[in-house]
This record gives sequence, C-alpha cells and structure tokens, in this order.
Amino acid sequence: MTPRPAPASGYPDVLVVGAGVVGAACALAAARAGLRVTVVDRGPVAGGTTSGGEGNLLVSDKPPGPELELALLSLRAWRDVAEHLSGGSGLPAGGFELEPKGGLVVAESPRALPALSALAARQRGAGVEAVEVPADRLHDHERHLAPGLAGGMFYPQDSQVQPMLAAARMLAGARALGATLRTGVEVTGMLRDGARVVGVRTPDGDLPAGAVVNAAGTWGGAVADLAGVRVPVLPRRGVILVTAPVPVLVRHKVYAAEYVADVASDNADLESSAVVEGTPAGTILVGASRERVGFDPAMPVHVVRRLAAQAVRLFPVLADVPLLRTYRGFRPYCPDHLPVVGADPRAPGLLHACGHEGAGIGLAAGTGLVLAQVLTGVAPDLDLTPFRPERFEEVAA
Amino acid sequence: MTDEPIGAEPVAAHHFSFDGRPVAFADGHSVGAALWADGVRSWRSTRHAGKPRGIFCGIGVCFDCLVVVDGRADERACVVPARPGLDVRTQEGSGRADLAL
Repeated sequence: MTPRPAPASGYPDVLVVGAGVVGAACALAAARAGLRVTVVDRGPVAGGTTSGGEGNLLVSDKPPGPELELALLSLRAWRDVAEHLSGGSGLPAGGFELEPKGGLVVAESPRALPALSALAARQRGAGVEAVEVPADRLHDHERHLAPGLAGGMFYPQDSQVQPMLAAARMLAGARALGATLRTGVEVTGMLRDGARVVGVRTPDGDLPAGAVVNAAGTWGGAVADLAGVRVPVLPRRGVILVTAPVPVLVRHKVYAAEYVADVASDNADLESSAVVEGTPAGTILVGASRERVGFDPAMPVHVVRRLAAQAVRLFPVLADVPLLRTYRGFRPYCPDHLPVVGADPRAPGLLHACGHEGAGIGLAAGTGLVLAQVLTGVAPDLDLTPFRPERFEEVAA
Repeated sequence: MTDEPIGAEPVAAHHFSFDGRPVAFADGHSVGAALWADGVRSWRSTRHAGKPRGIFCGIGVCFDCLVVVDGRADERACVVPARPGLDVRTQEGSGRADLAL
C-alpha cells in the first residue's frame, strides 16, 4: 500500500485508545496502511486485559459464524504480522512466539463424541481443518494423556502467541513506521466537532486526531460512554495457572470437549474446563475458567483447585508438578458474545475494536487488519455487519 | 543496654544428606538455610545453560532455589523445613529429564 500524503495539520490520522494486543494490532495495521498513528493508554503496554490472557489463537472452539470467520482471517493476519516483524527485527516467529502447534480436543466419554464430530463437520465446511483421532491414536499426539479417553479431534490451525510480547512487538513495529506511543495518559473525554469525534481529552491536554479507535478491552464500554454511545462490554473473570518449567510434556493445546459449551454459555456461575498447553519458557499454562463477578480482583482458591484437578485428569503426570503462580484477567464480553468492530454511525469519527471476550488475542490481528481497511476506505476483507457497534440498540428497541 | 551484638549460635544437632554427604542443621532451619550455613551456595543448574543457582529471594517466591528432596523435584529449599534423614540432591535442570518426550 502506498502511504497517504501527510495532512497539512500535525495531527495523527488515527488515535488508538488502548495499548493492549488489539490496540497494538490496530496501530500496526494502520501504520502499515500509511496512516499516522498515536496510541494512548492510561497504564503501560499490555497492562490490562492482554496481560491476563493466555495467548490462544483458536479456531477449534468456534462454531461456523462471524466469530469463526474473523478467527480464520486473524490467523492469516497473525502470520502476516509475524513475517513483517521478523523482517524488521530478525527475530523468529515475529519475536512473540507465534507457534502453529495445533489443538487437540479430547472427549472423556463416548457420549461427547457425536457432538464433537458434528461440530467438526460443520467447521470443515467453513474452512477449518479437523482430523478425527480415534481413542487408540490419542497418545501419538500426546504421550502423557490420561488412559481411557474416548477419542478426540485434532485442529492443526490452532496456534499460540505470547500476548504481552505480541502487543509490545506490534507497537514497536508501528513506531518504526512513525507511530507515537504515549503510556500513562488517560482519556477523560472526546473532542467533538458537532456530532463528529475529532480527538480525545486527557489530563496532558487535548489530542486531536482524524479518527479515534476504542481498543480499551474490558473498559471499552467506559470509553464509548465518553462519546455518549452505549457499547455493553462486561467483565468475565478467568483464572490461569502456571506450573514450574518442565521438559516438553504437552505439545499441543489440549482441552476437554466440554470447553466449547462453556465458551458459548450464558451461565453466570463458575464454568471451567482445563485448556492445557506448554510454552517456550517450559512452564505449562492451565486455563480457563469463566465467572461473572464484575471486577472482583480476588483469586478464588476453589477455581484454582478445580482447574488443577481438571488438568491432572487430562495429564496425570502434572499431579507431581508444582504451580509457580496463578493469575487472572477480565475477559471483555458482550451479551451476544461477539466483539464490537467497526465505525460507530452514532458518533462519526469513532471506531470500536473491543469486546472480544476470551478470544481477543486470537482475534486481534484480524481486527486490526479490517479496522485499518475501514480507516483507509478500503472494503474490509470480512463483512463487519455482525460486529456493528449499534446492534445492541436494535435489540433493545 | 549492653554493647554485646545481637546474635545466636544455634546448635546444629541433626543431619540430613546432601548429595550423599551429611549436612548439619539446627531446629527450625530450612533446607536452604542449612546448606547455606554449611557453605553450599548452589544446588541447582539451570535448564539450558547449566548455570548454578541457590538462594535468591529466600522467602518462597522466586522458585530459584529448587532442589530434589526425597526424590521430589522443584522443592523450594528456602521453605522446606530441614528434617533428620532427608535425602536432598542437586537438581539438574527441571529435575524431570525422565519425562521428556
């Protein structure tokens, strides 16, 4: 793409609110499209939603639909981002541990197999690779899996990144293209020209810009409020366990088939099904619980215990491995479990890229790509209608 | 008031085994404290570079002072109470080479 000529003003073309993985992806994509970008965050890089995540780039847990389409687009976009950043830095895998390791969904009981096969068949129709793994071949994929599992499905496209590194590398890549990053700067209001959003207010002064992107993750609703528009993003608490470093015991992302039901669920109570994966650092990560408890920062011991027990049920070898630490994050979810991506017709000049729930790392690169396309007036690679910010008003009406 | 410095001379009345030799310790010592008092400064090698590791934070947080105790890898020497007869061994890397795929 050819860079657009610099406007007469000194203002950036786009101001991104949020230096998490989604904001970083938007900033890099916009900068690569030739736009002049400023990123602001009230905290540090990857200080909110991003640092509480696990780094999943999953297609396996998504039924056909708009989110799966965004996930597939995002997988391609992540590879492109990694290639771009590796070219600039010389570091492999973009410098953020992009690893196309594949996901293995296992069924603990034969009763779960028909649903698993049916989902895979529908996913294949949408472009997902899914390979059935009979019970007696599960251990070819994962030697340390528990005995007696009913079977599984292997998804070669499932991948992983280190989320904080990914955000930092993408922001560095954007800065290499002229973008400005300002951390510790909180957005306290919007600059308006009539209905139009023409920048943000901060305690450091007004920052005018051609357009404003709301990439504030779990706090996206609060940023939308500043523009007088409603975007209902709510927190869902998720806990992750980190084991001591071990030799490579787990090669793929491995989870029980029940996880898919949890992701789609509307249940407010605790839901958990272990997603187990190794990392390049040697630690094993165990997610993923979901609880609607607002922004309660407590570390619930009963959730830690339950996730650990579920992980050990999949991988008995982990019974003997200590936990180094636990952490939790607040997944930004919308009532319909779809993210909010695109221009807001209620406040021209404002675009949203938030509300990705537990899939924000995976969906970030694709979100950045389509948002940069909207910003540059190019037809986006994906129909953004399902993600339109004003859809919640229509439901209410 | 006295000019005497505050100090203690705990009586090292017990022993555990460290890599096959006896190490003396007093009541209330952790494994790490006993090793340190014995002059041992490292009891683990890092997983990749094989560099020596011992006490770093000393309060159970950093997981640097890992050691093999009675066959269990990844025990934090700084918080495991020393007990007579423990079999304490240097931890090479993750201490779990047998599990590697």
